[in-house]
Amino acid sequence: MITKEEVEHVGWLARIEIHESEAQAYAEKLNAVLDYFSQLDEVDTENVAPTYHVADIVNVFREDVVRPSMPQEEVLANTGKKQEGNFLAPRIM
Amino acid sequence: MVYENVDGVKIGLEIHVQLNKLNTKLFCGCSTDYHNDEPNTHVCPVCLGLPGALPVLNKRAVEFAMKVGLALNCDIVGQTQFHRKNYYYPDLPKGFQTTQYDFPIASHGKVIIDGEDGERIVRITRAHMEEDPGKLMHIGSIEKSKGTLINYNRSGMALIEIVSEPDMRSPKEARRFLDKLRSILEYLDVFNGDLEGAMRVDANISVMGGERVEVKNISSHKGVEKAALYEIMRQKNFVRRGGKVVLETRHFDEQRGVTLSMRSKEEEHDYRYFPEPDLVPMRVADRVPEVIKTLPELPDAKRERFTSQYGMADMHAKALTSEIKVANFYEQVANLVDPRSAAVWVADILKGELNYRDVSVDAFKVEDIVEIIELVTGNKITERSGVEIIRTILDNGGTPAAIVKEKGLIKVEEDIVTKAVTEVLEENPEALQDYLGGKEKSLNFLVGQVMKKTAGRSDAKTTREMLLDRISKLPPK
Ligand SMILES: [Zn+2]
Repeated sequence: MITKEEVEHVGWLARIEIHESEAQAYAEKLNAVLDYFSQLDEVDTENVAPTYHVADIVNVFREDVVRPSMPQEEVLANTGKKQEGNFLAPRIM
Repeated sequence: MVYENVDGVKIGLEIHVQLNKLNTKLFCGCSTDYHNDEPNTHVCPVCLGLPGALPVLNKRAVEFAMKVGLALNCDIVGQTQFHRKNYYYPDLPKGFQTTQYDFPIASHGKVIIDGEDGERIVRITRAHMEEDPGKLMHIGSIEKSKGTLINYNRSGMALIEIVSEPDMRSPKEARRFLDKLRSILEYLDVFNGDLEGAMRVDANISVMGGERVEVKNISSHKGVEKAALYEIMRQKNFVRRGGKVVLETRHFDEQRGVTLSMRSKEEEHDYRYFPEPDLVPMRVADRVPEVIKTLPELPDAKRERFTSQYGMADMHAKALTSEIKVANFYEQVANLVDPRSAAVWVADILKGELNYRDVSVDAFKVEDIVEIIELVTGNKITERSGVEIIRTILDNGGTPAAIVKEKGLIKVEEDIVTKAVTEVLEENPEALQDYLGGKEKSLNFLVGQVMKKTAGRSDAKTTREMLLDRISKLPPK
């Protein structure tokens, strides 16, 4: 069971503001999803290796060769605030 | 002698090492050579975390990580994959750090250091691959900062995080461990420790069986030693006053030399790891034999070889092998002059002068030290003059020959010949009498004696003239 408090906590971790009025509704919806997934608990996975990736391939690599980066103006194009080529964020402790 | 460790000090380290000898970042083709460039000029959609961008793993980064693991005597994992470590902080443009979680690429290793009472084994818990976050810079002081500047050039650099067991019993052992680690990493040619931010250390420190305190983000070996010294003293005083040390995270203020408590939020460790779906697993076990073949001779092995091959003292072998650059420099010198003299000159004298000036051995030329050693061992200049030439070259440049001339060190040579003439005349009164009595051949004998004494530094003609000059000035008997 997911509680209202857990919804608020996860909201904080994701830096999403969740009003108290919404928290209860989200908790109910999330619980419904989890209930649905709990059907998977019925499957016997005793001798099955965990699935880390759905595609059955391994070792996809790239050679260590430099490719062009983006121009600075383009990098900063989507930011609201910038200063001397940097992104400018609010004061962080 | 056995080290007692009366305070029950235990230090474990977590070291973030940038694999900065790679050409490109861990998951994209951006160049790692950003140190002298404008901010945000070495970034692309991948390392900037733009939606839809897909990471592709750098093959050579995996090789480097395997090399590090093997050099630290670790087991290499059979198969592993990356995970997402989720947290929100502006240095992390994607909102998660791509890292290894349940299967680090290397684990269960060990490093041997010179401990408080001889050789000491420091166990390596694990070493895993991950990406470096971007760099934050506060405008003004932390207290009055108006904002934070973010530069993502560092974002996505390949890191290897090495975690040790709490096997170090003093700040000095912690520092020795870091020195040894740096030495190994530079031998492997995967890491340049001179670059800013190349190695960052978190230290876990406890005393007398108390809880451990984590001191985060220390940027130098000296800093780790200082932070540990301070932290041990603080914890001891705290316990003495009846306090109980609790698990906490502290920050090291390098300028003031103190550690400060960071208010740690509980959710800080709520990382919600899950497998990174954008990267497929990697299977590396079968590549281990191949990578072992590429491992160079490591510091311990080189130290042993230096003592046996060149017949030098272990103390010299240790000093010469701690830095790969110095070891290579020495071997070039040893090929050209007597290896034992070379060991003394490079390990005891040159290295001391370099350390004193905090410069690398790159600042000195092999041919210059060879020339100096030849001048000294050939008795042409004194040892003291040899040291003076080294200092002059380091401080003002120049060549040994020019400095010998300019400083009149060659005068010392004439002095030595003059001295030899006096000695030979005193030691051979009969030959002198014979010559004075008309036996010309006796003069040849005296010339030979002088040249023998001065190791042929003065030619026959000059020696003959000097002898005749001296004899003519002898008081009559
Ligand atoms: Zn990039």
